[in-house]
Amino acid sequence: MPTENLFKALVREDDNGQWAFGTGFTDGLARVDRGVPEGVDRADLAEYCLMLGDDALIYAQRLSEWCSKAPEIEEDIALANIALDLLGHARVLLARVAEVREEGDEDALAYWRDAPQFRNVRLAELDLGPGPGGDFAATMARLLLFSSWRLAIFTRLAGSRDRLLAALAAKGAKEITYHRDHATQWVIRLGAGTSYSRARMTAGLDAVWPYAEELFAPHPVETRLAAQGVAVDPATVRTEVLGVLTEVLAHAELPPPAFVPDGEPHPGRDGEHTEELGPLLDEMQSLVRAMPGATW
Amino acid sequence: MTGVARARQAVESVLDPELPVVTLAELGVIRGVELNGDRVEVALTPTYTGCPALAQMRADIQAALARAGFPRCEITTVLAPAWTTDWISESGRRKLADHAITPPGPAPRHQGPVPLTLAPRPPETCPRCGSGGTVELSRFSGTACRSLHSCTACGEPFEHMKAI
Repeated sequence: MPTENLFKALVREDDNGQWAFGTGFTDGLARVDRGVPEGVDRADLAEYCLMLGDDALIYAQRLSEWCSKAPEIEEDIALANIALDLLGHARVLLARVAEVREEGDEDALAYWRDAPQFRNVRLAELDLGPGPGGDFAATMARLLLFSSWRLAIFTRLAGSRDRLLAALAAKGAKEITYHRDHATQWVIRLGAGTSYSRARMTAGLDAVWPYAEELFAPHPVETRLAAQGVAVDPATVRTEVLGVLTEVLAHAELPPPAFVPDGEPHPGRDGEHTEELGPLLDEMQSLVRAMPGATW
Repeated sequence: MTGVARARQAVESVLDPELPVVTLAELGVIRGVELNGDRVEVALTPTYTGCPALAQMRADIQAALARAGFPRCEITTVLAPAWTTDWISESGRRKLADHAITPPGPAPRHQGPVPLTLAPRPPETCPRCGSGGTVELSRFSGTACRSLHSCTACGEPFEHMKAI
C-alpha cells in the first residue's frame, strides 16, 4: 500500500484506543462491587485509597527515572516494568478516590495537586538517583524495603471488606512478589559480592533505614478503617517485614536492619514531605500544566 | 450460528497485541461475551494491572466486533478474580513454545505471607534446541509477564512466560 506518510500508515484514524494513557479508567472498576462498605466513612475510605495510590504513583515516577540510565539494559526494562505495575495500581486507586468523593478523576488527582496534598510515605519520594548523589544500591535497598512492606500489606488487604481494595490487593500482591524477588537478588549479589559492592550496598541500606519506621506508623484513618475490616494497620506487618529483611540481609552477609526513627511518626501521610518531592512533581506535572486538556 | 456465538467467535479470535501468536481466548483474558439486544457486552481481565496492551486489546475487540456486524459494544475490565497464567489454554501454551517463549508452570498459591524466593529458579529448557543448559538473564523481559533467558548450548536467547 503506497503511502506518503509512514506515521499515518501506522495509526488508524478511527480511534485512539491504542494509547494506554487514555483516561476513563473507571470502567476498570465496573465489574467489582463498588459500594462503600456499610458503616464506613466515605472521606476516610477516599483518604486511605489516596495514601496507597500516592505511594504507588510517586514511587512509579521515581523508578521510571532509571529508564535508559540503569547499569544495563535488562535493568532499564526491569525497573520500567516494576514502575508500570505500580502505575497500574495508582490508576485504580486514584480512580476509586474520585469515585468515592464523587469529584474529579484520576488525572486531576495526579496532575493538579501540589506536594502538601500528596499522602505518600516519604520513602517513595526520595531522590536516590540516577541523578547526582543517587546510587543504584540505594535504589535496590528502597525497592527491597518498599516491596516487602507493600506485599505484607496487600496480602492482608486481599481480605478487605471493600471489594475493590480486596480485588486490587489480590492481583497486586502477585505482581509485587516479583518486585521483591528482583530487589532480593540484587541486594544479595551486591552485599555478598566484592568488598566494594558490599560497602555500596551497606551505604544504600543506611540511606533508606531512616524512612522505614514511617511505613509502620498507623495514621488515624488507617486505624479507624482497620477496625472496620477495610484497611490494614501497618503496625501489624512490622514483624513480618523485619523477618523478611533480616533473612535477605543474612544471605547478603549483611547485618540485620537498623531502623532509626526520624521525627514525626507519619509525616508523609499528613502531607509533610521532603524537599525532594517538589522537583519530582514539577517534572511529572509540567506537560499537563503547560497545556491543560491536551490529548494525543 | 447464533448472534452471540458469532460475537463470541469474533472476540475470542482477536490476537494478543503483545504476543500476536495467541488469541485472547487462549490467553484466558476473555471473561464473558453476552448479547444484549444489538449490543455486545464483553468482560476482559488485564494480565497485569498496569498492562499497556489492555487498551489495544479493547480497540482490537471493538474493531473485530464491528467487522462481524456488531457496531455496538461495551467492554468492561474485570479485576477479580485476578488473571493467572493457569488460564492460558493448552493450544496457547503450544503456540508460545513454538515461538520461543517457554510456557509458565503452575502459578504459586499462598495462604498468608508470601515466602521469599532465594534459590535460583530451575533452568528452563531451550525452546529452540531442547537443551537444559540455560541461564536466566533477567526476571523482566520486553514485557512484565516474561523473563529473558539464554541457551548455553545453541547460544540463542529466548523468553519464558512467568507463572503468576
